[in-house]
Amino acid sequence: MRLAHQFAMESDLVTADMVEASEFPQLAMRHAVMGVPKTIVNDRSAADGMLPESAFLDVILASARGAGS
Amino acid sequence: MALIQDREKAKVREILGRMDKPVRIVNFTQELECQYCRETRQLLEEVAALSEQLTLEVHDFLIEKAKADAYGVDKIPATLLVGEEDHGIRFYGIPAGYEFASLLEDIVMVSQRDSGLSPASRGKLAGLKDPLHLQVYVTPT
Repeated sequence: MRLAHQFAMESDLVTADMVEASEFPQLAMRHAVMGVPKTIVNDRSAADGMLPESAFLDVILASARGAGS
Repeated sequence: MALIQDREKAKVREILGRMDKPVRIVNFTQELECQYCRETRQLLEEVAALSEQLTLEVHDFLIEKAKADAYGVDKIPATLLVGEEDHGIRFYGIPAGYEFASLLEDIVMVSQRDSGLSPASRGKLAGLKDPLHLQVYVTPT
């Protein structure tokens, strides 16, 4: 979770939410959260599990580019 | 009953001792609090009491809807960490278990006004052109 918040701290364009899946089951279901951590970028599924900093950022940025096309 | 036990308090104080500048914890709840809303507010009250650099602001999600909208808060319990400005750091649901450690480290990060990321990551993020909304789903254990 920390990395997403670090990205938010670094960039004014990034907002990062921790979402406790069991308290928001409908949201978790909508995003097909089967395991945690699961990261959603701009409402689209992006990454399952934990990744190192540079890999995580690359996956997120690639996902954001995909969503923007 | 306290959510942070006495023996944990010393550890929390030690972590918060690394704080540099003040941080506001902004919490949205409602008058008739859901179970986790109540526990989240209590947890935040206990954390805020452990550092003079921390202040806690509690808002009513329903009565103060304009404020919630301004922060983009759409569900509760919501916890935001704000320095001189809002950095877009949110916790929806109680920050307990592993996420309690995240909360403390995030408080220190906001207080130091530094993400702690590598130069490479900072460079990539500086190239962002459009808003990015990340949601990380977690469970408390």
